[in-house]
This record gives sequence, C-alpha cells and structure tokens, in this order.
Amino acid sequence: MKTQSQSTATEIETAPSFDVQRIREDFPILKQKVHGKPLVYLDNAATSQKPQAVIDTLTRYYLGQNANIHRGVHYLSEIATYEYEKARGKVKLFLNASDSREIIFVRGTTEGINLVKDTYGRKFIGKNDEIVISAMEHHSNIVPWQILCEEKGAKLRVIPMNDRGELLLDEYEKLLNEHTKFVSVVYVSNSLGTINPIKKIIQRAHERGIPVLVDGAQAASHLKVNVQDLDCDFFVFSGHKVFGPTGIGALYGKTKYLEQMPPYQGGGDMISSVTFEKTTYNVLPYKFEAGTPNIADVIGMGTGIDYVTGVGFEAITAYEKELLKYATEAISNIEGVRIIGTAEEKAGVISFVLGTVHAHDVGTILDQEGIAVRTGHHCTQPVMQRFGIPATARASFAFYNTMEEVDALARGLGKVKEIFGA
Amino acid sequence: MSGLNELYQELILDHNKNPRNFKKIENADKLVEGYNPLCGDHYTIYLNMDGDLIKDIGFQGAGCAISKASASMMTTAVKGVTKKEAEELFTKFHALVTRDVHDNNEANIEELGCLGALAGVAEFPARIKCASLAWHALHGALNSEDKAVVSTEDSKMD
Repeated sequence: MKTQSQSTATEIETAPSFDVQRIREDFPILKQKVHGKPLVYLDNAATSQKPQAVIDTLTRYYLGQNANIHRGVHYLSEIATYEYEKARGKVKLFLNASDSREIIFVRGTTEGINLVKDTYGRKFIGKNDEIVISAMEHHSNIVPWQILCEEKGAKLRVIPMNDRGELLLDEYEKLLNEHTKFVSVVYVSNSLGTINPIKKIIQRAHERGIPVLVDGAQAASHLKVNVQDLDCDFFVFSGHKVFGPTGIGALYGKTKYLEQMPPYQGGGDMISSVTFEKTTYNVLPYKFEAGTPNIADVIGMGTGIDYVTGVGFEAITAYEKELLKYATEAISNIEGVRIIGTAEEKAGVISFVLGTVHAHDVGTILDQEGIAVRTGHHCTQPVMQRFGIPATARASFAFYNTMEEVDALARGLGKVKEIFGA
Repeated sequence: MSGLNELYQELILDHNKNPRNFKKIENADKLVEGYNPLCGDHYTIYLNMDGDLIKDIGFQGAGCAISKASASMMTTAVKGVTKKEAEELFTKFHALVTRDVHDNNEANIEELGCLGALAGVAEFPARIKCASLAWHALHGALNSEDKAVVSTEDSKMD
C-alpha cells in the first residue's frame, strides 16, 4: 500500500476501512499518464472505469466460454447459458428484485426507457392522457415520451425545480390528475447531482394507481437500490456506469406489468412457438429479449456488480459523501466559480461555471493537466435553459477518486483563471 | 503547456473578450445560424452584399473562446472581399486547423494574416469544430438565398 504525500487532503478523515489506494490498484487505466500528467478521471457520470476483474471476465468468456445461449446442447453453449443466467441473478440481487424473471437485459438505460415506451406506453397511453417527467431529466427520459405523445396525442407534464435543483413536490402533486397515466423520473440527476425523493414520488403516484419508471443510470453506482422498498414499477440502469462494459444494461419491471405488455422486438428466443398463422410468445423475461443478446457484456456486467457490492455501498456512500464535501468546498472557494446544483441531497457530481470562461475552454485546459471532466449540456438542455447558462463543466466522482485528485482539479481551475485572466 | 499557450494566445483572448463586428445588422441580405448541438455553441451571422462583395458582416451569439474569437477574426478577414475570396480564405483556414501536426509540412500561416493565430487549434482535435463553426455558417450564408441554419453535425463537418 502506498502512502500519499502530505497534503491538505490527507488531513481529511475518511472511514478507516476505506482504502482508496488499494481500490485504485484494481483499475489499471487509472495508472496511466495523460499529456505527461497522472490521469485524474472525473467523468464518472459519463462512464466509469473498469476493474481488472471485469476485463478478465470478458477475456475469459471469449477465450473459453463463447457460444450462443438457450439453444445448443453442447458444452460451451451450456456454460455460456449458465454464466448469462447467473448474471441475471446478480442483477436481481443488486436491485433486490423478487424474481429473476423481472430482469430484462437491454443495451442500456436509453433502450430500457424506449422499451417501456414502445410496449407499455403504446398499449396503455392514449389521446389526452398525460405523462409526467421532471425538469432535470436526461434527454433519454424526455425524447422517448415526446415521441409517444406525438404518436398518441398525449401530453407531457414536467415537475419544476427550485434554484438549488430540487424538485417541487407540491407542484408534482398538482400535476397528478385523472389523465395521468405514467410517471418517469430520474433518481439521481446527471447534470446537477440531485438525489430525488424518489420513494415519495412513487408513493404519490401509486395513491392514484399510476405506474412509475425510475431512471437509475446515475443512482446505481452511488446508492444501494432496493426496487421492492422503493416499490417502483420499472427501474433502468446501464452496466457501463456501474464498472461494467458498455452496450449493456438492465430493465426491472414488476411481473404484473411485464405480463400485460406486448413484446418489444420480434425474433428468435422471444417465442415459444411459431407458425405462419400464429406465434406464441415466450415467458418472462425472454419475451423481451429477441435475438442473440450481448452475452459477453451481460456476464461482464455481472462481474462489475460483484465488484461494487464487494466494496459495499455503505462504505461507498460514506466515502463519496466526504469526497463531495471536500470537493464542494475546494471548488466553491475559487473566486468566480458558481456551482449549478446545490441540493440538500446530492451524489458525487459537481457542475459549475467559472466566471465568463466557457466550459469548453475549462475542459481543454484541465485536459492538458491530465484531468478529465465533461463539458457541455450533459444531454440535459432543459436544465441549462432553466439556469440560463449554455453549458457547465462537470466533475463527477467514483469511489476510486481521491482528495488529492480534488486538489489537482482546484489547481487546474487556477490555471484556467491564469490563462483567461479571470 | 506550449500547446495551450499557443491555443489561448493574447490575440485570441482579446477577440474573445472584445469580439469585432459583434452586432446585429438590421435588414441584412443574408442571415445564417450556425450551431454545434454537441456543445450548444450558437451564432448568427448577418451579411450585407453588394453583388458578390461582402459589404458588411456582423455576428451575435455565444460559445467558447475559440469559436467566438474565430468568428470575430473571420468577420475582420472577409469584410470587403468577394464571395470567391472569402471561400478561398475558408479553404486555407480549414486546411490550417485540420492539418496533421505530426506532419512536418510547415503551415502556411503568413498569407492568412491574423487568422493564423488559430493554427494552434490543429493540436486540439476536439476543438476544430469550435474554430470552424462560424466559417461553415458563412459558407452556408454565401450559398443560400436568404436564411439558413448550419449545424456542425449535418455532415460530420470539421
């Protein structure tokens, strides 16, 4: 284990059980240098890095397990099928779903939302019905519903937020009425970091019998998710934001809804029998998984989940809270910085603007210091419009980030000010 | 840091802070919007033509230092030149910012005048679109009837 140089950061007390240096050893990419400087990866809300275990899982799969699933009688097919279904079991435990059949593999959060839109939405939402989303949705939880509204003549209603980036629950209640047929809300905002009171949001909708989808893309890597406790009807997340591969994610849906929903795509694996006169669809979850799925990445996502649960959400949440507190202080102490998103309940995301310097220029200068942040609108243009800004720079943290990296970010922002004379 | 210093040199920072021809031209002959949907940079370019001659040019909008400085420099470079000369400048400028910096061919900076200050952009591939946004918009304006919208993503332009 390495000891860090004596900086202000080491004076910050963290949970003694959390050994961030040991964790960093598990992520080979973090050892590299960028533009001659140690990589400081603060773009975790866009995608997380992968532990060696996930990389090894993918290699092992293609070296010795690769076959198509659910159909072969041969050895490799049985192994591949076993590993694939084992990963489904891991996702079930990860979300605390009651049944593995409620877990459907999709390409990611975006496809999960589109699946629900195309199946549940098309069947149960019609003319003059209303769909409620929030002011801080990612485009992937806005555009699919807009498409549906256009197709069906339904209306999109938006829960407003205050200047801190917190949803106004009283306003939300006023939006719910006899026309409301669906609520689709983000758990943790990718551009503001706000952790929404999702349980309350679900309860209010359920009091009126309205189903709720939770966009869990950002939540899944920061918070312990328990879909039974939340009582959400659908929950979607992406594997690549939870230390797994890209191109894979999962949709959780309550059996009672999944069974009423028509299939998403037609093809192999989603049928139980086909004749030219009639096709009978397969049981859950296969009804929603047409074609050869992304087998390797499903298994890789399972390993990512193993890794994060191995570290433990109690430790992760506690450490990230310290990291966020330290970073918020360090960044807000820089003159000219305005943090966008100052909710009471926040995950490790800090969006900010620096004087009149455009976020892109901030991003380029930080990059030269080896620091990776996201700049732009973060696929949440309505959020930018709400705050009257064109873009922000965003530092988003994972449990492998350190206080020293926060110091590096603060120094990098000093350099931005130097160059721009800001 | 040398790359950064070249990118954010005095002249560019000055054009960013005090953009030239940063004005709306009422009753402009041509008006074109240029935007980059990936980052939200958004400018409107106004043109008054006298036949083939760019009599007056102005721009408004918001974006990063590189896009704004480039738009500002462009307006100073093309004011009073013909459409053909402006298009030739665009071709040279485009070649300058998209050149392969690992290639030893010296960029022909002199003939571009102040536009040569943006030569450093070539070292930052992610910023080429910023530098060329206003130029693409101008190109669109010169080749449209009156109003047009140009997006950096329309044809994956650089």
